[in-house]
Amino acid sequence: MPQFANIAVSILFDGLAYAMFLFITAVGLSVTMGLMGFVNLAHGAFAMAGGFIVVSLTRSYGIDFIPSLIIASVTIGLVSVRFEKRLYRRLYKSTDLEQVLLTIGLAFMAIAAFTYFYGPIPKSVPLPHWLEGDVNLGFRRFPTYRAFLIGLGTVLIAILWFVFEKTNIGAKIRAAVDNRRMAESVGINVDRLFTLTFAVGSGLAALGGGLAIQLFGLTPSFAVLYLVLFLIVVAVGGLGSLKGTLLAALVIGIIDTGGKYAFPVAGNLFIYAITALVLLIKPTGFYGRE
Amino acid sequence: MRLLPLLGAATLAIAMGGTAQAENVKIGVVLPFSGANADLGHQMDKAFDLYIKLHAKDIAPHTVTLIKRDEGPPTGAQAKTVATELITNDKVNLLAGFSFSPSAIALAPVVTQAKVPMVISNAGTAWITNLSPYIVRLSFSMWHPAFPMGAYAYNKVGCKTAAVAYTDFPPGKDSVEAFKTGFEKAGGKVTLSIPMGSPVQVPDFTPFLQRVKDAHPDCLYGFIPSGAHATGLMKAYGELGLRKAGIKLIGPMDLIPDNKLQDMGDAAIGTIVMGHYAVDLDNPQNKAFNAEWHKAYGADSYPDFMSAQAWDTMHAIFDAIKKLNGKMSDGAKVVEAMKGWSADGPRGHVMIDPATRDIVQDEHAMEVYRKPDGKLGERVLDTTKAVKDECKVLKIGRCGS
Amino acid sequence: MSEAKSRSSAFIEARDRATDYLVRRHYLRWTEALPWLVAVACFFLFPNRMTFGSQVLIMIMFALSLDLILGYAGIVTLGHAAFFGIGAYTVALASLRLGWSEPISGLAAAGVIAACVGVVVGWFILRYRGLTLLMLTIAFAAMLQESGNLRSDLTGGYDGLPGLMFDPLLGTFQYDLYGHTNFWYALAALAVVFYFVRRLVYSPFGQTLTGIRENVRRMHAIGSPVHLRLVTVYAISAGIAGVAGALFTQTNAYVTLTVFDFDSSAKVMVMLILGGTGRLYGPFLGAAVYMVLEDYFSKMSPTFWQFGIGILLVLTVLFARRGLLGLAEDIGGMRWGGRAADAAPRRLVWKPEHWKALGASAFDGGVLGFLVGFAVNMGHAELMTAYVTGLPAQVAVFTLGGAAIGAGINAFYLLLTSRSAVEGQAS
Repeated sequence: MPQFANIAVSILFDGLAYAMFLFITAVGLSVTMGLMGFVNLAHGAFAMAGGFIVVSLTRSYGIDFIPSLIIASVTIGLVSVRFEKRLYRRLYKSTDLEQVLLTIGLAFMAIAAFTYFYGPIPKSVPLPHWLEGDVNLGFRRFPTYRAFLIGLGTVLIAILWFVFEKTNIGAKIRAAVDNRRMAESVGINVDRLFTLTFAVGSGLAALGGGLAIQLFGLTPSFAVLYLVLFLIVVAVGGLGSLKGTLLAALVIGIIDTGGKYAFPVAGNLFIYAITALVLLIKPTGFYGRE
Repeated sequence: MRLLPLLGAATLAIAMGGTAQAENVKIGVVLPFSGANADLGHQMDKAFDLYIKLHAKDIAPHTVTLIKRDEGPPTGAQAKTVATELITNDKVNLLAGFSFSPSAIALAPVVTQAKVPMVISNAGTAWITNLSPYIVRLSFSMWHPAFPMGAYAYNKVGCKTAAVAYTDFPPGKDSVEAFKTGFEKAGGKVTLSIPMGSPVQVPDFTPFLQRVKDAHPDCLYGFIPSGAHATGLMKAYGELGLRKAGIKLIGPMDLIPDNKLQDMGDAAIGTIVMGHYAVDLDNPQNKAFNAEWHKAYGADSYPDFMSAQAWDTMHAIFDAIKKLNGKMSDGAKVVEAMKGWSADGPRGHVMIDPATRDIVQDEHAMEVYRKPDGKLGERVLDTTKAVKDECKVLKIGRCGS
Repeated sequence: MSEAKSRSSAFIEARDRATDYLVRRHYLRWTEALPWLVAVACFFLFPNRMTFGSQVLIMIMFALSLDLILGYAGIVTLGHAAFFGIGAYTVALASLRLGWSEPISGLAAAGVIAACVGVVVGWFILRYRGLTLLMLTIAFAAMLQESGNLRSDLTGGYDGLPGLMFDPLLGTFQYDLYGHTNFWYALAALAVVFYFVRRLVYSPFGQTLTGIRENVRRMHAIGSPVHLRLVTVYAISAGIAGVAGALFTQTNAYVTLTVFDFDSSAKVMVMLILGGTGRLYGPFLGAAVYMVLEDYFSKMSPTFWQFGIGILLVLTVLFARRGLLGLAEDIGGMRWGGRAADAAPRRLVWKPEHWKALGASAFDGGVLGFLVGFAVNMGHAELMTAYVTGLPAQVAVFTLGGAAIGAGINAFYLLLTSRSAVEGQAS
């Protein structure tokens, strides 16, 4: 392949894999913030917890990587339901600031707790053999794990899209995001809907956390280190929008990867510059509603 | 003055019949005990404690008390506050530890004013020792491993061209500059220089390494902070198939921290690093060191280069106590006593250069290989003896002041 | 006839009370001298901790600047460290590059420059609210930090600019190891800034800020130049943050790029919320309490400290929404330069559904304990192996313990949030 096209393909591929990770982890945050207006900064902590569960399951109990991911997502999803019912529900009517503080407080507690139990040393997971190395996709070789990420992400997007656009539940969620009062008045139980979406979103965050271990390593600080990144994806994409989160993840993933390739000196400048640019022009993000 | 130590010291003195006055040397230990870098602090702390436990009788009747404080994040502000209080409040005789360069840099004017020696067990910016005549360094400067690596890479590893990739903060820049100076002096050429993001977050290394792959150098010299970055870099290196593409991975020992090596898998095999310590280093002191470490901390715990540095730090301090017969209250005399100190430690032979108060140590070129028992290990290919900090020798930049 | 008369007299009474309140608000109360007396007392009580003391004063000033925009104007920002950093680097670079090392003029210059940047930035971003504004403030601080790293030849990068030299204060007072001069310097600077902020808050301008915070639409409706007011207060706040940053550099004689950290912005917000927003003395209490607790607890156990701060935040939001100052008010029933005290007595009226709530909390606690028991086993933490061995026993102990703690917390919560039946407010 000609050199330039080769580079472009590499950037697109790597950026796509990165974007998939961002999407999987951030989509839950976007939908819950759009649906309930609840700023949940403990989202990163759910991702981190999911990651640690995967680490424990694979290292201490010898369970394979993929089943561990599933178990971790389901567990965190269920645990998050209790958090929502007992703690978050009290603050739906509160100001943004109070929600921010509560959830940040929870995140700190989670970080401290996990540091106590697991220690601050970064962890990694043993991958199954078929995920290691690289794979030949016809015209060139790509790292297998990233190809897996892209594949998994695509499948999840397809599932989510189907649920959102073609099922009853999806229609109810969209309705509630659009206009909560109207949705309630036509008989949609928004509270229960929210619990469901919250659980799924947190479960997806846990999945993202588990997937991130191979990319970034896992320490308890993961909960806040990458939080700003998830917030950026959510803000730029627009609250409550699946399309928006996906588009934002793609834009940020690819431009960040490309920027790091072409101008590594700039560091994270590109991400923040895109954020500022998009928000200044369209404050509600790509597909956000006023 | 607290009453209890006073009574204790008085009792001891009377018991000794008043001839040998038993001194209690107070050492302020400043290490990161919390936050993302806590494991660095713990590795050094364990080494301090172990040395004191095993060698307390060597300095009898004198005793050593450690007062430990959290260095905080690498901003320098907290380190400065806690160390200043150690000096003014706790009246320590010396300060030891200091994981991060900003901490040591911030403290330099304070120790000069207070005339308290500061013994550095880790911080690696080359010109730190120039900042105050009371600073003694037992660890390393970025130039110790990087400069000899330059010549070694050209002459022995066969790198005619090299790309350098580094985390974008001062230690990274220092290390790369040192390598470049050594490499180009030997005849090599650095064709690409890539900063790889900030030290706080582990980035996705793929785009950086992809760029390296597309440039086809013979070797890649990498510098990242020890820890999660190291694993990330090695994984990306493996996934992108850089070794298969003929690009060898070289760098300082931060690339393969001892406690993460096993996780790195096959991708690490063949990596060549220049460093002053590895757990597998074959000398009697290191064997004893490892044995004592496992005895004290368990079979799963391993010392690393920071533990070895901390061990030597305490060794040097103890020898100073012996030399001065416990009288450690005159800071200038303590520093004088430590100048020219030399000993055999886990790293091999080490010495404190009297001219610069910095360490002089052997640097070993080591290669990662799979041992017969299946674990990954490092074998020594070559040793450069008595390496000084070339930055100060060549008086480059701030090192010349 | 008498009914109308009593109604109108009630009205006159209320109106007079309100007018009286507005007129008297800014009078100095004797209680206001307390924080300053405490600060001076600390100098004599803890002469060896004055380096720490200066840092506390600097944080108070930083929190005060945030209070102006967060507490009084209602602008939520997580990027205020940007202005702190601008001030910090102004004095550093002025000293290093321009040889301008006179400290007091340095402070003033830092404040002015930070305020100017505040005007420009505020002009653009204060049109937005909510998440958008939050992200923009974060992005600004982060971009500043990244740019600083780009030009590390100027800024020294993360190793920073060491060995900064500043002239003796007023030409005579040298900086000493014990930080005494720095402490008085910081205290004096804080007093000056505070005087200014206090005048501002009690002026008509300050009142418009409260109006904007409470109901911005109505402010627009009455023709108040909202955006201009917001930009003005943002610029003033930025200037004060810049002064705090400059003090930081001067007292440390050292500055690194970490002054722009997101952590720093988050920390000062926590301090402010802890003390109580929208109050002049909230920052004093919040910053002092936070820093003292951090100093004390992080020495004992750094991990425990982070957990403690997390719990503190959660408890503050759930029980002390107006911060420690609000809590003090509720308990003492005093007035402290802000809102009226809510002096309703607390009495728990036990209802049947409270049992259900307790049961639910016990269940939650138990589940959490169950998971934690597993985690302890998996993470190999040597927590209980001396007393309880074996997975089932450990998990059982944690489950029961968790249930007990869960129920306990809920009981405590019920006690604190109940009102007397007379008030008629549900818990």
